[in-house]
Amino acid sequence: MAEYLIKNGHVFDPVQGIKGDKADVAIKDGKIVDKVGSSAKVIDAKGMTVMAGAVEIHSHIAGPKVNLGRIYRPEDKLFSCTPTHGMERMGGGASIPTTFKTGYEYAKMGYTTAMEAAMPPLFSRHVHEEIRDTPIIDEGAYPVLGNNWFVLEYLRNHEVENTAAYIAWLLKVTKGYAVKVVNPGGTEAWAWGLNCLSIHDPVPYFDITPAQIVKGLIEANEYLGLPHSMHIHPNDLGNPGCYQTTLDTLALAEGLKTHNKFGREQVMHLTHTQFHSYKGTNWADFESGAKEVTDYINAHKNITIDTGNVTLDETTTMTADGPFEHHLTGLNHLKWANVDVELETAAGVVPYIYSPSISVCAIQWAIGLEIPLMMKDAMRCYITTDHPNAGPFTRYPRVFKWLMSTKAREAQIESFKHKDKVLSQTSIGSLDREITFYELAQMTRAGPAKSLGLSAICGGLKPGMEADVAVYNINPDKPIANPDDIEKAFSRCAAVFKSGVQVVSNGEIVSNGHKRTLWVDVKTKENAQVKRDISEKFVKYYSVTQNNYEALGHHFVPNPFAIEVDATQV
Amino acid sequence: MTKTITDVICPFCGTLCDDVEVIVSDDGKKLLEVNNACVIGTEKFLHSQAKDRVTRPRMHQEDGSWKEVSYDEAVEFTAQMLAKAKKPLMYGWSSTNCEAQSVGNEIAELSRACCDNTAAVCHGTTLIALQDEGLPSCTLGEVKNRADRVIFWGCNPAHAHPRHMSRYSIFPRGFFTGKGQMSRKIIVVDPRNTDTAKMADIHLQIEQGRDYELLNALRVALRGEWLPDEVAGIPAEKIREAADILKSGRFGIIFFGMGVTQSISKNHNIDEAIALTKDLNEHTKFSIMPMRGHYNVTGSGEVFAWQFGFPYAVDLTRGFARYNPGDTSSIDLLTRGEIDAMFTIGSDPGAHFPISAVKPIANLPSVCIDPHLTPTSGVSKLHVPVAFNGVETGGNCYRMDNVPIDCRKVVDPPEGMLTDEQFLTRVRDRLKELKGVA
Amino acid sequence: METVTITMKNLPALYLEADNISPDVFAGKTTEQIAGLDVFEGNTTQTLGKYFEVTGKAGATAAETKIVVKGDVKKVKYLGFKMTAGEMLIEESADLYVGAWMKGGKITAKKNVAAFAGLAMKGGELSIGGDAGNYLGTAYRGDWRGMSGGKIHVMGNAGSDIGMYMKGGEIVVDGNIDVHPMTHAEGGRLVVKGNAKSKIGGQSLQGDIIIFGDIEVMMPGFKPMGTVELEVDGKKAKFSHFIGDMGERHKKKKGQVMYTNLYKKL
Repeated sequence: MAEYLIKNGHVFDPVQGIKGDKADVAIKDGKIVDKVGSSAKVIDAKGMTVMAGAVEIHSHIAGPKVNLGRIYRPEDKLFSCTPTHGMERMGGGASIPTTFKTGYEYAKMGYTTAMEAAMPPLFSRHVHEEIRDTPIIDEGAYPVLGNNWFVLEYLRNHEVENTAAYIAWLLKVTKGYAVKVVNPGGTEAWAWGLNCLSIHDPVPYFDITPAQIVKGLIEANEYLGLPHSMHIHPNDLGNPGCYQTTLDTLALAEGLKTHNKFGREQVMHLTHTQFHSYKGTNWADFESGAKEVTDYINAHKNITIDTGNVTLDETTTMTADGPFEHHLTGLNHLKWANVDVELETAAGVVPYIYSPSISVCAIQWAIGLEIPLMMKDAMRCYITTDHPNAGPFTRYPRVFKWLMSTKAREAQIESFKHKDKVLSQTSIGSLDREITFYELAQMTRAGPAKSLGLSAICGGLKPGMEADVAVYNINPDKPIANPDDIEKAFSRCAAVFKSGVQVVSNGEIVSNGHKRTLWVDVKTKENAQVKRDISEKFVKYYSVTQNNYEALGHHFVPNPFAIEVDATQV
Repeated sequence: MTKTITDVICPFCGTLCDDVEVIVSDDGKKLLEVNNACVIGTEKFLHSQAKDRVTRPRMHQEDGSWKEVSYDEAVEFTAQMLAKAKKPLMYGWSSTNCEAQSVGNEIAELSRACCDNTAAVCHGTTLIALQDEGLPSCTLGEVKNRADRVIFWGCNPAHAHPRHMSRYSIFPRGFFTGKGQMSRKIIVVDPRNTDTAKMADIHLQIEQGRDYELLNALRVALRGEWLPDEVAGIPAEKIREAADILKSGRFGIIFFGMGVTQSISKNHNIDEAIALTKDLNEHTKFSIMPMRGHYNVTGSGEVFAWQFGFPYAVDLTRGFARYNPGDTSSIDLLTRGEIDAMFTIGSDPGAHFPISAVKPIANLPSVCIDPHLTPTSGVSKLHVPVAFNGVETGGNCYRMDNVPIDCRKVVDPPEGMLTDEQFLTRVRDRLKELKGVA
Repeated sequence: METVTITMKNLPALYLEADNISPDVFAGKTTEQIAGLDVFEGNTTQTLGKYFEVTGKAGATAAETKIVVKGDVKKVKYLGFKMTAGEMLIEESADLYVGAWMKGGKITAKKNVAAFAGLAMKGGELSIGGDAGNYLGTAYRGDWRGMSGGKIHVMGNAGSDIGMYMKGGEIVVDGNIDVHPMTHAEGGRLVVKGNAKSKIGGQSLQGDIIIFGDIEVMMPGFKPMGTVELEVDGKKAKFSHFIGDMGERHKKKKGQVMYTNLYKKL
């Protein structure tokens, strides 16, 4: 395979502690190496920033609710499609890009790995078909478990070992990556039109609380020693005052330790924290709870988070928090799609316009920035937009700009119609921290890779790691005259390598590479009880047979990358 | 000796039953018996064994006769036709698998064609409605496990989706519906007294063409507002009674079909039905689901959507995707004379389109990919028979509730026959050569 | 006001997409440049001059530019697409999307126009001497933001689905209309001098619908409120007044509940 030498760039690699030194990065046979021969192709990165390829830890880019969003929003594609050109197939979709566009746009920004945040297990084939049709980037998907009938029944009796056996089976048949929890218990309640808004609200019929579900799934996750921790979207998302439910949820992890062989240190990953950091009692007195939430997380090192930044765009919300979407359509009266999935979960989709002239949206924007600015450990706080919920992922460079430049933040605040309310209801006006390039590398590469249990593979530039490299046309040593330069540089890379193949050159796609589907293959002891329970539920309650459930076949996962876990010795 | 293959998926209608059993000869070449499928599904499997099956491509001659040609010649004709056409239409896709649909999309993008599926004559109007109104829905297992109010509006599953009621909607004893049929109240809305209507607790025998008005009246009744004495031939008290029955349930589901998607008002009927469902969610839990016809029309919509952004009536002629039924939809394209080449696969527009749209096909360069002899193959220049998807080859398909199920191969196709995917792949590769693309 | 005249001389085999035939695109260009503009026939890109003879002179700006379209344009789509100012006169019947997405200026179509005329109109005037097809002044698929300003006047008949999701502006039809006018409307005004059929104002929240002729079947969601006197086009007359859609949610303005008003001349 080709050899490359990226010369003279300013390297930021938290894995090796390199903070902007001029250094060369050598690539050979798909990996980072110490050095290459003289025949290596040289990429001149003089005056440029070099980082490992970025790792997207939470995004809705593949699967039934994403596609439902595409189908039901033709207007999302109006006048904004890109034609077939060069290596690229045609693309479209401002807030919900088509799969080809998704791969190209991530790659052009230097992202080389992305995780689909919520996979309904019954639909795993659909998720994998879309992952297969998303070029360049490695992807994995998280099956949702927080409203799953097996999980609810096992954890009512605190049967952690059975829960673990079921999780291992489910990861295998869905080719899934991690344990995802969305609105625990509440989405099962939603199948009756109800919800669980606090961690102690019992789930109708199943006689279990969200607290029991969350705690039990953390225990099962650590019992197995999976690469990633339990990944949670807590109850009560998006409601003024919800920060209390968030703190209650975080407290469930108190004192718990991880057991895994992947270098992961957290037992809980809290996702799109912005949506869960609201104080106040209604939309009139709505204010930021970012301080309360980040204070707690700063003090508890066994938690990682991602931000969920609002980008002030017209976008589409989509989540397995079915009752939340019904609530949202009641507020903005825009078209509402919903799918309840037998025995497993639900999903809802509603368009949303984060208008800068609405004070609530401006406050949400501020909260999304407060959180990373108040988090002390950049290795535990990752930048996302919960794409497309708080904004399209194509806006990441704009979010980076806001975080790295107080001037850019101030300009945005100045432009708000209700600037006074933004300043009074949040502390954004008093935060003068500017995220550094090194911290950005922690928050978008090394940190998420570590949280996912992939720190040996990606997120860094240490020899032996995957040759996923991004080169940005911005000089970190020069003071930034115009913050828009940050946004511009991070939007289109000078060069991107994925597993040692150059995929982007001067902002254009030059190769599709050989993308892989990441999944976790867990070996456990035989569990006759769980085997029987699975068989019984298929016969009685599912609408497909057990033999037709598993996503088998090369056409779903043509290039698998299985992370092996041996949980037989527990 | 014989082999029994279980968990077979029936490739006929959107019910996509996956509990079919097929008995084949030991050498896998003959299909002998089918169990558990309805009569239509059984025939779908068995008719693949017909002795007089066409197994090779054939070209329509000047004198109206047919001449057998090789698959290679068929590939060449198809690729040349698509390469030269200024506005080809690639229609159908509903009776083949997603892998073939995906290759078809590559071809459509290369040849800058219009592509469309059988939603054009079926649930296209549902798609337009869901684009305006949304869609509160669920999977069929939720209906099985929870539903106690089941409405069939403008559809007749007894005939069109025969096992739907026993697998999902009326008879199953699910987790919360242990009493089976006794757990459920069935309402049928249909101008005709169909076999489905005969099973209903209430049959609203609606005046034809007034579904939009009756749906409006139900929404008015839910809000307790004034109603005229009669709407759509149904007295106001009966409408209020129906509204009460709907909102007094724990979990309701509205199934609907061509009776409302293709009668006057079309997408507006569905739009109002979806709005009614949303209103009912203020009182209890309610969902709505289209009774999709072809077994993989849903899949075609899904693949179009994730690759191009729209579920049907997709126009790629400008090098990027555009969508507007009325302009980019197949029947309009054909009747208005917009098309200069016709490619049909996995469908039968010759039988299902208005005659004014079928006549142009006879006068255009045209290819029909279909194992059968159909009215479409009859008017096409080239007929390419292929293996039966879901019988002689497997592949992913999407059920009416969007659940993906991977169909199985149960028996070999006749010697030397290609599958859709194989034929399309050859066409794609030849087209790339003709267009000078890598 | 300078005038460019384009005359169809070479009919297309298929249909033409004439996105570029608008005062905004012609402004500031020479006749050679105008003849060199892209038009699309199927998946091929051609020049405007291949089909049209181009004479006259464009203005410096759109506002100073008038376009006269002569000859058989039955197969030409998108005349006046997205125009913001200036004038267009179309002598013969035209195809789909006349004045689609227009924001200003004036289009006069002397004969018929096909479907989607005035789609998502934001301002300006669209005058049609003959009949209009379906989807006059409607919103794009999936978009809840429909026609929001401007005026459309049809001297003949119009088709179905007029003014769907309308938010503002006015549509006047001198002749008859087909089903489903003003579905989902949230504002704006429709005046029909001839007959309507049925399914009028379904699912609408606000707006005014005035029908002079017959209505075959009323929507049950429109509640009779008695008789009013209205002045329309300088003439006073008595109308039956209905409010609706009572099956829909209602907006409130300053504490007042808002409805769509439907008036049928007595």
